[in-house]
Amino acid sequence: MATVRVVLPYQLYTLAHSAAELELEIADTVTLAAVLDALETAWPMLTGAVRDRVTGRRRPLVRFYACQDDLSNLAPDIPLPDDVAAGREPLLVVGAIAGG
Amino acid sequence: MSHIRVLVGTRKGAFILTSDAARRDWRVSGPFFGGWEIFHIAGSPANPDRLYASQTSSWFGQVIQRSDDGGASWNPVGNDFRYAGDPGTHLYYDGSSKPWAFKRVWHLEPSPTDPDTVYAGVEDAALFRSTDGGASWQELPALRAQQGAKWMPGAGGMCLHTLLLDPVNPARMYVAISAAGAFRSDDAGASWKPINRGLHSQYIPEPEAEIGHCVHRIAMHPTRPQTLFMQKHWDVMRSDDAGDSWVEVSGNLPSDFGFAMAVHAHEPDTLYVVPIQSDSEHYPPEGKLRVYRSQTGGRTWDALTDGLPQQHCYVNVLRDAMAVDTLDACGVYFGTTGGQVYVSPDAGDHWQAIVRDLPAVLSVSVQTLP
Repeated sequence: MATVRVVLPYQLYTLAHSAAELELEIADTVTLAAVLDALETAWPMLTGAVRDRVTGRRRPLVRFYACQDDLSNLAPDIPLPDDVAAGREPLLVVGAIAGG
Repeated sequence: MSHIRVLVGTRKGAFILTSDAARRDWRVSGPFFGGWEIFHIAGSPANPDRLYASQTSSWFGQVIQRSDDGGASWNPVGNDFRYAGDPGTHLYYDGSSKPWAFKRVWHLEPSPTDPDTVYAGVEDAALFRSTDGGASWQELPALRAQQGAKWMPGAGGMCLHTLLLDPVNPARMYVAISAAGAFRSDDAGASWKPINRGLHSQYIPEPEAEIGHCVHRIAMHPTRPQTLFMQKHWDVMRSDDAGDSWVEVSGNLPSDFGFAMAVHAHEPDTLYVVPIQSDSEHYPPEGKLRVYRSQTGGRTWDALTDGLPQQHCYVNVLRDAMAVDTLDACGVYFGTTGGQVYVSPDAGDHWQAIVRDLPAVLSVSVQTLP
């Protein structure tokens, strides 16, 4: 069981009535899909806010960063960096800088 | 003693404005949902403390919020809007066909009798209903069967923005879609018919087509639901046969382009519009913010200006941003893209700004509370 840290942007942690940084327990391999599954299970109001409900694709103006890398286009079933899986670095969910 | 609650949706959050019946001194609460676009907030007539809000964002999608205490606290409910079956395609600006795709909820219309039943008008245009307080949503798909493949977006998107529930006949409802036109159901949404006869839109290939008109708003008085008023892209229209036919009543308006429209709470032939210069210039003619009131059901209009800026004013008033209360005298309210929310406590004769510096106002609805 891994404990993964996830940092949400303002709009999402206020929507979830949660802290900005969350800890999620992941039973299997730590992937984007596994982290988002755990996030949506714990905070169901975030379902559809980060990825499309039906296709599972990342919403176009949401980005994922960790360990100084842009992981936005990482395939959902590819393991995240070891530092994220070990809880040493958070996975950052970021609203893209666009619009006003 | 009665009091008033004004529910304001803006580009960057929601605000709730409250006053006693005098409507002179106002308390402003908010922002709620700061940073999100709030397209509409509506209260249940059956339980006025039950509020629904459409919270949306290009980044994070659609959320429906519900309050059970008049807006003091909110919780997200269901946001799963799936079209029934394969919705197919609709026309796009360039003449191509695009797949139907849910984008956002423009308008929420709670049932007059059941606080847990609420309708949602959405983009891409469709009508949804929830019967469990917003937890789940089901489409009423027969509407799209009305030549939906030929519908095309207006400049603001292909949105179902207006829904009127007939207070006398619970099976009858009306919707308006930009840019498909107006439609009526006489069987609670099981089937629909276009009601656009008499509309003339010179900007479409067939100006008197059965569908394709850019209807901006329809309004009715609850005691005379056979009579409808319409603010179209251009033209102010009236129907006295539940939309089966329309006649133009723009009369002496300085411009018959506009978005917002409201009917006086106690006078079925008194209505309000805010003329806008043109579809290219979304601001009032001559830089003067004027509400026009007709007390003859259209055709003859008087400018209402007392308390409104009469120079250098270039705001817009959007389609869902005008409403009335039911006090005597009737209060009229509207919000602007400049962030002002105005009230007239005397049916339009005098106006004052409740607030002046909100984000751009998308919607205004009003609750008259005991």
